[in-house]
Amino acid sequence: MVETIFTGSRRYLYWILFLLAVITAGFLCYLKQFKEGLIITGMNRDVSWGFYIAQFTYLVGIAASAVMVVLPCYLHDYKAFARITVLGEFLAIAAVFMCLLFIFVDVGKPVRILNVLFYPTPHSILFWDMIVLNGYLLLNIIIGWCALSAERKGIPYPKWVKVLIYISIPWAFSIHTVTAFIYAGLPGRPYWLTAIMAARFLSSAFCSGPALLIILCLLVRKLTRFDPGKEQIRTLGGIVAYAMILNVFFFLLELFTAFYSQIPDHMRPVIFLFKGLEGHGRLVPWMWTSAIFAFIALLLLIIPHTRRNEETLLIACASVIIATWIDKGLGLVIGGFTPNPFGRITDYWPTKPEVMISIGVYALGFLVLTLLYKMAISVKEEIGA
Amino acid sequence: MITRRKFLKILGTSAIFGIGGKITLELIAPGQLEAQPLSKDKKTQWAIAIDMKKVDDDLLEKCIEACHRYHNVPNIPGPKGLKWIWKEDFEHAFPEQENIYVNEEIEKMHFPLLCNHCDNPPCCRVCPTRATFKREDGIVMMDWHRCIGCRFCMAACPYGSRSFNWGDPRRVMEDPELKRLNPDFPTNRRFPTRTKGVVEKCILCYERIDKGEVPICVETANKIKEGSFIFGNILNPESEIRKILRKRFALRRKPELGTGPNVFYLI
Repeated sequence: MVETIFTGSRRYLYWILFLLAVITAGFLCYLKQFKEGLIITGMNRDVSWGFYIAQFTYLVGIAASAVMVVLPCYLHDYKAFARITVLGEFLAIAAVFMCLLFIFVDVGKPVRILNVLFYPTPHSILFWDMIVLNGYLLLNIIIGWCALSAERKGIPYPKWVKVLIYISIPWAFSIHTVTAFIYAGLPGRPYWLTAIMAARFLSSAFCSGPALLIILCLLVRKLTRFDPGKEQIRTLGGIVAYAMILNVFFFLLELFTAFYSQIPDHMRPVIFLFKGLEGHGRLVPWMWTSAIFAFIALLLLIIPHTRRNEETLLIACASVIIATWIDKGLGLVIGGFTPNPFGRITDYWPTKPEVMISIGVYALGFLVLTLLYKMAISVKEEIGA
Repeated sequence: MITRRKFLKILGTSAIFGIGGKITLELIAPGQLEAQPLSKDKKTQWAIAIDMKKVDDDLLEKCIEACHRYHNVPNIPGPKGLKWIWKEDFEHAFPEQENIYVNEEIEKMHFPLLCNHCDNPPCCRVCPTRATFKREDGIVMMDWHRCIGCRFCMAACPYGSRSFNWGDPRRVMEDPELKRLNPDFPTNRRFPTRTKGVVEKCILCYERIDKGEVPICVETANKIKEGSFIFGNILNPESEIRKILRKRFALRRKPELGTGPNVFYLI
């Protein structure tokens, strides 16, 4: 199947070349970081995690794309999704791959990263996150590959693959739960210290992952001879709608607890994010943008007519992605560190090389995604699906 | 005969059990697999009580300088700097007090802040490589050769006690601006400088304690004002620190978080 990625249209070739150019630029910035240290980023002693860890957290959510097609397909016997499971799984592979890269570029001593394996530490949540993320990556590679090659040969995939598929469903829930536990178990970080964190991660994952999958499905239909299907996209739209409602609902629960209790430690990060605190308000326009897009998304997803219309569904999905990206890819991490343990505020904003390295990681992820989708769609076109 | 397939099977399973075995051991007997800490004494938890009636800004400055010079902590201004011990006013040292109507004397005070060498340190709990760990005498230690620089410990510490080497600390020997602030870096050639990409913090002068000496901040403070820093074993009821804690009222930073901080501020 691999041979299919080496042939393609001129547009495919240009896209690959474009991604390679971006990856090269990001890699050059990473070399600078490797040489000089994380000093080239905007991170500091008070906001000691920044854009990288935030992107990692967001992309763990995107990886949920797989389970939201696999679960209805295998647990509810919803056969229509069998047509697109491989697209969900391949998106998950690219997302988890980016997650691991974002952790890699964030550590201060990348050459020592294997110490996590040499000194396994079960009381550290990062240890478990490494296990669930790598496990999920491996599961999706094996399942996606076996299912696709069986489909190409026109035979059912081996029975042991089905076992792996059933394992992959709870496993997908574990990656969001464990990633939430990184934040939710820390004393002295009131914005993160909330029992609902894992539930919030799951709900935002189950809307942002399938939302991106819908956009990709529409793109695949436009660019190739394979149509992921109208019904499939409609069902995914329903999933995005429910998950986004839950996501916003859970966030409102956080606001209630913080503001009805009036506990300053719990209110201050939220005030910092949405109103600014002591003259520090760089995130305020971003957070309100997120809120507005969340509102647009909800409106378009709840009204049946706009949810079923693919054009308005596309706008809804883009809005979901923008809203959840700002919430998790900016607000969650920076808000958690602000104010610092002394009640002071230190500003953080990613620097140019930091953003460039992040874009490079995204480009590498999209390269993996493109190649995997090229392979999947070539097979689909070949068998005339 | 062992076929290639069989050989790979054995190799694979033994690899799985090799890693799994280590994890199992860790769960049954945490920390037993690693090298034992230097001190065998399980009845020790070093602690410091600071008599706020005896310390002033000048004394604190001297303590800070002594510590940072002893441990080669470079002076790098701004939010990317490093500090093992520093001073802070009441409002920010004890933000949870939310006290608007503060005693004037206390309001003007500066409190020396450092690692609390907690009984139940969150930093050690979260570290994925056990590069930061609790010694049997209670010191929360750092292994700068194992730390991968993930900074999970910095997120976990509710006291802001941890610093990260965002760049190479030795750049202060070359950078003209920083060289002016650190003319004779490294100030202690018997103590290592760190490298870029690792976390560091107060290690309660373990190397001095192992020689029977007291931490450098305690020694410096007491030279200036006898009895300003009281250092001792908090688990020994007869120790000087326990005696003074029985007599005087002391504050600890954020004890409500269950970390069990071991730095006491005598008010």
